[in-house]
Amino acid sequence: MTRNFITAVVTAITAASVATGAVAQMTAIGEGEGALSIVAWAGYIERGETDAAFDWVTKFEEATGCMVSIQTANTSDEMVALMNEGGFDLVTASGDASLRMIAGKRVQPINVDLVPSWGTVDDRLKDAPWHTVDGVHYGVPYMWGPNVLMYNTTAFAEAPTSWSVVFEETTLSDGQTNAGRVQAYDGPIHIADAANYLMFHKPELGIKDPYELNADQYAAALDLLRQQRTLVSRYWHDAFIQIDDFKNEGVVASGSWPFQVNLLKADNVPVASVIPQEGATGWADTTMLHADSEHPNCAYKWFEHQLSSNLQSDLSVWFGAVPSVPAACSDGRGMQTQEGCDANGLAQFEEIKFWKTPVAQCESQDQCVPYYRWVSDYIGVIGGR
Amino acid sequence: MSTAAHSAAGGPLARLSDALWRSPRLLLAILLGPPLLWLGVIYLGSLFALLLQSFFSIDHFTGMVVREFTLRTYAELFTPANFDIIVRTVTMAACVTLASAIIGFPIAYYAARYARGRWRAAFYLGIMMPLWSSYLVKVYAWKLILAKEGILNWALDGIHLQWVLDAYLSLPVVGGNSLSVSPTGTFIVFVYVWMPFMILPMQAALERVPVSMLEASGDLGAQPGQTFRHVLFPLALPGVVAGSIFTFSLTLGDYIIPQIIGTSRLFIGQAVYQHQGVAGNIPLAAAFAVVPILIMGLYLWGAKRMGAFNAL
Repeated sequence: MTRNFITAVVTAITAASVATGAVAQMTAIGEGEGALSIVAWAGYIERGETDAAFDWVTKFEEATGCMVSIQTANTSDEMVALMNEGGFDLVTASGDASLRMIAGKRVQPINVDLVPSWGTVDDRLKDAPWHTVDGVHYGVPYMWGPNVLMYNTTAFAEAPTSWSVVFEETTLSDGQTNAGRVQAYDGPIHIADAANYLMFHKPELGIKDPYELNADQYAAALDLLRQQRTLVSRYWHDAFIQIDDFKNEGVVASGSWPFQVNLLKADNVPVASVIPQEGATGWADTTMLHADSEHPNCAYKWFEHQLSSNLQSDLSVWFGAVPSVPAACSDGRGMQTQEGCDANGLAQFEEIKFWKTPVAQCESQDQCVPYYRWVSDYIGVIGGR
Repeated sequence: MSTAAHSAAGGPLARLSDALWRSPRLLLAILLGPPLLWLGVIYLGSLFALLLQSFFSIDHFTGMVVREFTLRTYAELFTPANFDIIVRTVTMAACVTLASAIIGFPIAYYAARYARGRWRAAFYLGIMMPLWSSYLVKVYAWKLILAKEGILNWALDGIHLQWVLDAYLSLPVVGGNSLSVSPTGTFIVFVYVWMPFMILPMQAALERVPVSMLEASGDLGAQPGQTFRHVLFPLALPGVVAGSIFTFSLTLGDYIIPQIIGTSRLFIGQAVYQHQGVAGNIPLAAAFAVVPILIMGLYLWGAKRMGAFNAL
């Protein structure tokens, strides 16, 4: 009797907590609220203003009446800061930002049953750890892609096979050293690129995951980055400043995004990109909904729009990224083709280590160096420490 | 009867006017109230709200601010990487101020003493004109001028002096791969952008120095150098100090120039911007924001001790 009573109480409490959990999650989509604000990477939400051929907003606005406003952000940290500040509905968060926002309760669980096209999402992304915590989805996959090695084809007779060109001093095929002519990303997550390089070249360090580093592995990565500092004149964080540096500053190699590669190629600058033998880090972005969003209905309409419209296909052409809906590569809903998807990295999914936030309690070993140390130490490395 | 009718005709407005006339303090309070409220609540209040943040700390994983009193955030300022940022910024501000004063003084002197008529207008225009165009446009223009494949290198190459620049850029600390990615480039652009703020107060001060004193100094046998050291410079010092306050504090707080031109090493303004806007670490940003306030406090105190404000 008593035991039954306790069981009943426990069941009731569990049910109640499940119910409160479900309150935060939408159960039905109503009328649109007329507006939707999105924090996004530059070039992610295009309405045909940069180039008339690339537009995946106008039709959405016409169909739903949800007027889209965009706040661009340059780094993941900036995205987290904007979402912490509030006032936005959606964010296209990379894996190094998404878990922080989930932990900070800045985003709400997503009811995937309300997104009819959820089933078309790449199976490898459906339950990806950067947006799914304890089986609860906190977002809808948006787009993914590798951090490629961009290089100038006049300085490199053939495509570089290793990231060593941005980490070690070497003489390039144009007869000059690479010192002062390479760049690196101005964000702490770049430490993972160094770790990824060491994972390949110094197996004795035992790095299993470039985002899960113990003290020794972390120190080795920082040493490599200090060596890189002597080669790098300026770090890049703004895509357009990097483009200018490739044009006017004599920069010939850098980790980059296909976005810059495409824009430079369109400008007839002799550049190309490659994923070297070490593999690459990459981003997999997820559209997440703010916990206090004022336009949740419009947001759910956007979730469906992002999976089912021309967005996946055209954005992957525009940004040089890979759709989260594999069918978008080939079904002719936009401009992308299967060859285009493969060129953007679809075939290399397994070689890409997607951005995620480094945490102290990591899976592959006992104790890892957490993200806040990455932030302060990377500032130190750039400062010459 | 007639007096009653008069005051009735005046109505509440007249009564208000009477009341204000009878108690001048009330009038003063009404006049001074709004600006004091503005200064006290909106201006200083927001500043104190910011400073208050510096006594909080941040949960490093979620990025949420922990609202508990702590001095941990201030201690973080003294970690080597952060302290470097402070030293780097103060050194740059001092160099920029010194260079602006040295370059600006002759210009201000000529404009104040010798330029007449159309030339005077041309000088004013020349000094003010850079202030009319957008700051960002100027900085990006400088990026192109100083770039490796920019106009400056092109010109030096044309007159076969490229080796001079290359030799300079190979120096440690000040050099770099090209001017646009070296600390020297940052310095040049800072000096360019803040120069008018140095010249204008100096010019105003120099105009107030009586010519008769310089002539008297000469008549008493002083060399031009002595006149400068003992008469002209002390009398113009308030202007120089006023100008240096501008250039020093503006350099101390700027976060755009070092982001576009230079080595990617952070300055205080960028650290505030990154910690506040990018990392969401408002406490550390606030602690960083306190640094220039303290430095400027010391600077003004020193300037006052030098008697720089006596003549103002």
